Amino acid sequence: MPVTRNIKPEKGDVLLLVGTMKGAFILRADDSRKKWEIGGPYFPGSAVYGMAYDGRFGRHRIWAGPASMHWGALLRSSDDFGETWTDPSVANVRFPESAEAALKNIWQIVPGRDSEADTLYCGVEPAALFKSTDAGDSWNLVEGLWNHPQRPKWQPGGGGLCLHTILLDPADASRIRVAVSTAGMYVTEDAGETWRPSNKGVRADFLPDKHPEFGQCVHKVAQSKTRPERMFLQNHWGLYRTDDRGETWTDIANGVPSDFGFAMCVHPTNSDTAWIVPLESDGFRCTPEGKLRVYKTENAGKKWKPMTKGLPQGGAYETILRDAMAVDALNPVGVYFGTRNGKLFGSHDEGKRWSELADGLPAVVSVKAAYIS
Amino acid sequence: MPYTFVIPGPLRDLSGGHSEVRLDGDASSVRDALSLLGTHYPKVRDRIVTELGEVRPHINIFIDGDSFRDVGGLSAPIRSGAEILILPAVSGG
Repeated sequence: MPVTRNIKPEKGDVLLLVGTMKGAFILRADDSRKKWEIGGPYFPGSAVYGMAYDGRFGRHRIWAGPASMHWGALLRSSDDFGETWTDPSVANVRFPESAEAALKNIWQIVPGRDSEADTLYCGVEPAALFKSTDAGDSWNLVEGLWNHPQRPKWQPGGGGLCLHTILLDPADASRIRVAVSTAGMYVTEDAGETWRPSNKGVRADFLPDKHPEFGQCVHKVAQSKTRPERMFLQNHWGLYRTDDRGETWTDIANGVPSDFGFAMCVHPTNSDTAWIVPLESDGFRCTPEGKLRVYKTENAGKKWKPMTKGLPQGGAYETILRDAMAVDALNPVGVYFGTRNGKLFGSHDEGKRWSELADGLPAVVSVKAAYIS
Repeated sequence: MPYTFVIPGPLRDLSGGHSEVRLDGDASSVRDALSLLGTHYPKVRDRIVTELGEVRPHINIFIDGDSFRDVGGLSAPIRSGAEILILPAVSGG
């Protein structure tokens, strides 16, 4: 096994948590974000789709969900930036016997709201939502979603039947949205007791009914923190925005080389600004024309423009997966993404200029950014 | 009745460093034997068996040299004194 290199992040640093098909890496930089130091690999050999940083209430806790092809998936945490990790006696995220299901992978880990100090959520495969109210010591299946009458009709996408996106509405503590491939988006307005689909206007080109109530292959949804009724959605064909909390979705694929893609991020304070990386669909799923282009909108999708300075514009057949792009909350905002070819890029000026932060990593499946306060 | 479990290298941290553990108990099937292992080494069993009680797909278990999948699966009978060899399958990418 490879030797793991540890790093020592400090207060005021920016962290990047990078999950790959062969382990996790942690990068740190000061707030200039110009020079990055890399630690890892952690959990070498395991796929790490889910990672999160929990900085609430003075914590400096990193969560990861390594999944071993042989030994299964576990949720583990570190309070010392990766030097040591918890090792639960048995899998902490596990389906109850009544569910008649077995955990395959942990796709998403989301700390609860600031008012919920010990609450965490995670999304898993097979598609389900789990919740912890004791800071991750124990986890419970959110039965309301699991028992939804439409769930037996959900179909796996290319990555499996996964719940990959969890959005906690900043304006309403009882409202949570999740996205499932392939089922679409679901919302609860009673803290998980009941759920309804929220896909009106989102196409499902691969079904006989192009606009079903559910069954869309939603790849990623990003919600504005400052204007929670606004969300952006990257679909399996289709790029959308809602300004009414997901009740209706409008096509905003204006000026992009493809409306297919996976990753999507919204600006932390400007609800008109978002970033995507279009991919050529459907069988190829690489950057069109071999050009690695991040597209940015500054007017909520009326126009998208390519942000290419510092990115390879020839022979760059890259794939950026649904969770492999992140933004930090600094000013100007940092934007980061990883590729399935193991490259990691970052911009500390909202996409104007890019630099390569790492190369030769295993295939990147997730990138998360955090600031250590 | 005694059973000898051979623990693969990646799980030896979870078995107190032992490459073999000999356990006494009553087991009429492979399923029972894995339950017996779980009472003494729950972490080891949890890495081998899913919530559904099924052996993970990339794990092989050999009972006295035979793959448990070839001799009846988890319901296969097991003799007193059997050697239960746990190995990760050749897989990956």
